[in-house]
Amino acid sequence: MKTIDAAGLHYKAFNEQVRAAVRAGEKNIHLVNVNGQRFIADAMPGDDVKITINGVPGNDLAVFMDGPTVIVNNNAEDGVGNTMNSGKVIIHGDAGDVIGYGMRGGTIHILGNVGYRIGLHMKEFETQIPVIIVGGQAHDFYGEYMAGGVQILLGLNSKKGANIAGHFTGTGMHGGVIYLRGGFEQHTLAKEAAIAPMEDADYKLIRKHLKNYCKDFNLDLEQIMERDFTKLAPPSARPYGGYYAY
Amino acid sequence: MHKSLIKAEFQVERDDYKCIRCRVCERQCSFEVHSYDADADRMFEDELKCVGCQRCVEYCPTRALSVQPHKSTIRPHGNWPYRAVKDICKQAETGGMLLSSTGDELHHRIYWDHLVLNASQVTNPSIDPLREPMELRTFIGRKPDQVDVQLVNGKPVLKTELPPQLTLETPMMFGAMSYGAISYNVCQSLARAATASGTMYNTGEGGLHRDFYQYGPNTIVQCASGRFGVHREYLNAGAAVEIKVGQGAKPGIGGHVPGEKVDKEISITRMIPVGTDALSPAPHHDIYSIEDLRQLIYALKEAVEYKKPVGVKIAAVHNAAAIASGIVRAGADFVTLDGLRGGTGAAPTRTRDSVGMPIELALAAVDQRLREEGIRNNASLIVAGGFRNSTDVVKAIALGADAVYIGTAALISLGCTVCQKCYTGKCPWGITTQDPYLTKRVNPEIGTQRLTNLLRAWSLEIKEILGGMGINAIESLRGNRLHLRAIGLNERELDVLGVMHAGE
Repeated sequence: MKTIDAAGLHYKAFNEQVRAAVRAGEKNIHLVNVNGQRFIADAMPGDDVKITINGVPGNDLAVFMDGPTVIVNNNAEDGVGNTMNSGKVIIHGDAGDVIGYGMRGGTIHILGNVGYRIGLHMKEFETQIPVIIVGGQAHDFYGEYMAGGVQILLGLNSKKGANIAGHFTGTGMHGGVIYLRGGFEQHTLAKEAAIAPMEDADYKLIRKHLKNYCKDFNLDLEQIMERDFTKLAPPSARPYGGYYAY
Repeated sequence: MHKSLIKAEFQVERDDYKCIRCRVCERQCSFEVHSYDADADRMFEDELKCVGCQRCVEYCPTRALSVQPHKSTIRPHGNWPYRAVKDICKQAETGGMLLSSTGDELHHRIYWDHLVLNASQVTNPSIDPLREPMELRTFIGRKPDQVDVQLVNGKPVLKTELPPQLTLETPMMFGAMSYGAISYNVCQSLARAATASGTMYNTGEGGLHRDFYQYGPNTIVQCASGRFGVHREYLNAGAAVEIKVGQGAKPGIGGHVPGEKVDKEISITRMIPVGTDALSPAPHHDIYSIEDLRQLIYALKEAVEYKKPVGVKIAAVHNAAAIASGIVRAGADFVTLDGLRGGTGAAPTRTRDSVGMPIELALAAVDQRLREEGIRNNASLIVAGGFRNSTDVVKAIALGADAVYIGTAALISLGCTVCQKCYTGKCPWGITTQDPYLTKRVNPEIGTQRLTNLLRAWSLEIKEILGGMGINAIESLRGNRLHLRAIGLNERELDVLGVMHAGE
């Protein structure tokens, strides 16, 4: 295990130390005194690399990341998992806006609440199906422009029946699937997304993903499954097909 | 069903005496204009479908065909030309936005045609480029404010650490055209020609096919709002990364590759499922300010470990100068400006023809602004948008550009006749299509040669003109507007361009 102290370091110098450690073959890296340093694990390869962050990482954590597991023992800021290709991010707190923008693979598990536009333009390709699971609530434009992948919003801290996502959920959605646990008010749904019936396969998929999630945060899966889920999916994979004169 | 009022644009004339019923025209036409009736032993043509691409004319072995603008016309009217009537009929029948390809075709002033170049006479002798060395080498990237040199063992050694630079043997690169918009064979031709010519081609925003990673040292990879095919290896495969914010042909709007064009190879390259629409949102959803742009620039610099230049491409819009200043201050190593006449595979016609401005004005304004602010050396300036020949390029460099991108001209060298139907995916010349029957019409060997020839020819011409000016390095012309004079422009135009009128 290697520990790198971020105290007083600009992200450029700090990230160079982290990259150097990975290049040197280090598999288990602890980052301490992290205080807003951006771009941690940016485009980092290595399926067996584990990075633990103590402190609050800055924007674009795990941007373009391609393999490692990043554990944040605190809150994270905006842009976590931006255009991420593979790997895993576990956040034991809240996270900011635009989480998982253009994300194509890998997993983001967040215990707390998140900001606006979560899972924006997420995609999927062959076996790469990205997953974002949020334990708390989300703000407006949840799942905006979604083109693939799976998002699960749990609302663990919400009363039964309370609205757990903000307005315009699923705006411009043309792929992928969203599962909302518990309440959902129809007027918050964007016109491109639609409520779809929950099938056995959906419950199976939710269970599979939540099993991992519960393990990361030491939660009780059965207790979470006690509440019903609402499924959102796009009625069309081509919402803008009829706009043009050919 | 009401009769369609959509008008035929072209007239196909067949000399029946010359026609040998070989049906080449029928096979060559991807719009299915030509057909053969065996009973009557006659060729027929459906003129409504003709796009005027001239493919049948070129390939008819007996030269029996000609295609020309349709002779039928309406009563001439200044405000209601045939084109305006035709467009309204099409929209009345479809209810859709009109689509077009290539760049603006309205008669906005082409300023290159109003600028003339200088030459030496008597007092500053011209140089003969046939005998004298002429330097076209161009470096793209941030230049330091000053350079410190240290003597080590009596030899000068550069002390200043230079930011990463692209080295071009000629100040012309192939502009961004994505795999998806253009075919595999065309991508390959561009990549190989760029390599052979010591310059760059640009992947556009559709990712990079694995087969083309080998041309990485001559590749600029793009990162656009859709983030198609953008990943660690892709970013590190090229020699530079360009953030695409906007495109001259369609400023302010996103991209849209229809699902029909997304076949297996394109799906793998873009990393999206086969048959789904590839939607590029209009903005980058993580960029709402110059500070946000800086964040993406540095996310990319971190991803390539500061070893490659990272630039930003914007469309030439009204406040381009202020935006360019922000881009440079945000840390970009180069700024790309794309003008109104820049090409596209598909854009709403109204946007293509009326949004943005000619590259000449934007270039002059941006170069001037960056100079005034003392930050011109902090980034290179690449311009694009309808460059037709080598003098357009020379004039752009005199106006302040470091290098230019050519796109449409490159496709024309491969056979494109500017029929503007790229968006249909049926390009009869095999350029902007993914149909295997059509794509094989571009042979990558021949394509590479033609593109290489084009760059060579223009480079020779640039040297000739430089020599005439008494200049032996393109660097000495860069931003030297005293070598330009204008003809027939008003004072405001002269002011914006920063050039004097001929005779002054």
